[in-house]
Amino acid sequence: MKIPVLRLYAIAYLVFLYLPIVILPIFAFNNATVVAFPLRGFTTEWFQAVWADRELRGALINSLIVAFSTSVLATTFGVFAARASTRYNFPGKGPLMGLIMLPMVLPEMIMAMAMLVVLLSLGVKLSLFTVILGHVLVCTPFATAILTSAFQSLDKSLEEAAYDLGEDAFSTFRLVILPLVTPGIISAMLICFTISIDEFIVSNFLKSGEELLSTYIYSKLRFPKYVPNIMALGTILVCVSITLLTLAEFFRRRGVARTGGKDTGGFL
Amino acid sequence: MTTSDNPTMIEFKDVHKYYGDYHALRGITATIKAGEFFSLLGPSGCGKTTLLRTIAGFEGISSGVVLIDGKDVAQIPANKRPTNMVFQSYAIFPHLTVAENVGFGLRKDPRSKDDKARAVDESLAMVGLTGYGKRAAHALSGGQRQRVALARALILKPKVLLLDEPLSALDKKLRENMQMELIKLQRQVGITFILVTHDQEEALVMSDRIAVMFEGQIAQLADPETLYRLPTTRAVANFIGTMNFLPGKILAEAGGKVEVEAAGFGRFTLDEDRQVTGTASASGATVGFRPETLTLLFEGQAAPDRECMATVEEVVYLGDMTYYDVRIDGATEVSRLSMRNVFGRPVLDIGTRTRVGWSPGAVVMFR
Repeated sequence: MKIPVLRLYAIAYLVFLYLPIVILPIFAFNNATVVAFPLRGFTTEWFQAVWADRELRGALINSLIVAFSTSVLATTFGVFAARASTRYNFPGKGPLMGLIMLPMVLPEMIMAMAMLVVLLSLGVKLSLFTVILGHVLVCTPFATAILTSAFQSLDKSLEEAAYDLGEDAFSTFRLVILPLVTPGIISAMLICFTISIDEFIVSNFLKSGEELLSTYIYSKLRFPKYVPNIMALGTILVCVSITLLTLAEFFRRRGVARTGGKDTGGFL
Repeated sequence: MTTSDNPTMIEFKDVHKYYGDYHALRGITATIKAGEFFSLLGPSGCGKTTLLRTIAGFEGISSGVVLIDGKDVAQIPANKRPTNMVFQSYAIFPHLTVAENVGFGLRKDPRSKDDKARAVDESLAMVGLTGYGKRAAHALSGGQRQRVALARALILKPKVLLLDEPLSALDKKLRENMQMELIKLQRQVGITFILVTHDQEEALVMSDRIAVMFEGQIAQLADPETLYRLPTTRAVANFIGTMNFLPGKILAEAGGKVEVEAAGFGRFTLDEDRQVTGTASASGATVGFRPETLTLLFEGQAAPDRECMATVEEVVYLGDMTYYDVRIDGATEVSRLSMRNVFGRPVLDIGTRTRVGWSPGAVVMFR
């Protein structure tokens, strides 16, 4: 019998990748403080503990503030960058777009340290604001990538047609371009939100005393008694992330379909 | 209907356009009359679309003057010009309905909502899309999009309608139908239509006058018949229909008559004003003639004018027509000859010797 090597490889790969994530909810509902088989029994105790944890709620609120601000700012910058790169030609466009996209591949550790040094030497006090700055830097390339695909599928003559029919540059943007790229904008915001929520390195470097969700989880992971709580929290985060990313992809595809363009791939 | 006495609608005076080092328009001077169906015809990259876009206001010009209805439009932006455009891609707004698309340009119109809705309905009726108003624009076929684009542009009653290769995305049958509809529509509304096309047949069918463009210049501006029968350059002759060329020699010129000798045709006389064009070229003079001006002469048929002997070298049978490539005795090049297939008349075989009728009146000479 022929051994389906590639198929086995693919299955092993997926198991290795997703098994830990599958284990997460299993232990989140397990009635034991030790993360080990065999399972003892079903409980929602850990979820209640998460809900009751005031420190955690503070971290969650901070994270939501950061994620929301980041997604709005990064998406706004992404709109500018995507519009400029798809519609206009100017000297140095290639290198400039490269620089905007660079944080996607730069080691976050280096970026975070560099930002910390610069902020401190400028005398900026660390706060949620500095965390937001760092997150915007990380998220803008993703927003730009998604929005570039949205702007690219926009036929240039749509703009010219609106202009030809008497609209000015601003009303053309509002009546024609904006409605057509809105799905892309929503998609970019959702992705940025997701990235920001679980961003750890930049948060850890640029935060002040206030905990964020990711840094809070990290700080608690050292204490065995908190591990089941973290499992429960992790389960919630996985569900929220999957929901947000699915929504983002839904909007991105709808945008492409609406402008009648060809789907050239996205993040999902 | 003749439009030759109409007032001028558009005037180009020595218009140049550069894109960096690229000289896209090289001194365009021309006038387009009000109510005319005017075509800009040429191969891709000849500047015809650029010229159209200078009228719309999407392209500025580097030097020269563009006048629309007597006004210099240099300082008038596209959204304030009395022109509307039908785009090659139609540019139908995909997020709007058909009616919203057609009524898009009426947003700043002071008329009441009902009046505007009526105007939209009338415009849709004009292009044969009555009842389509509520449909989503992205669900339309190519031909319907084209009609919506027309209705949307015409609802503003522009002085000039600009059409940028509007039929190139349609299949042949639909294209031919739309050509006829566009002609009728233009006669009905009386607006100046300016069509950009690379399809010479389309230009001949639809236009009152055609400007043939090559490399940023107008090579010839004339009505379709003149363009076809009396092209002024070999390039124009080649671009429009098929033309045979044979080397020729000018023997004498006197009193508006030119005495010519061409291989295979012998000596004959041409009218200097009408039939002889161009300036002396290094490659030598040539005579040109269309395939349908040659006729095969069968037994007992007398030549209406002159005749010569030829050998059939290739036969292309098309049903209603047959194309023959014949080598006229004394000529080195083959010439194409087209004959309508009449019942009872045989199609000749390759290698047949035959008499061929021709007429000096149908010959043009390029110096």
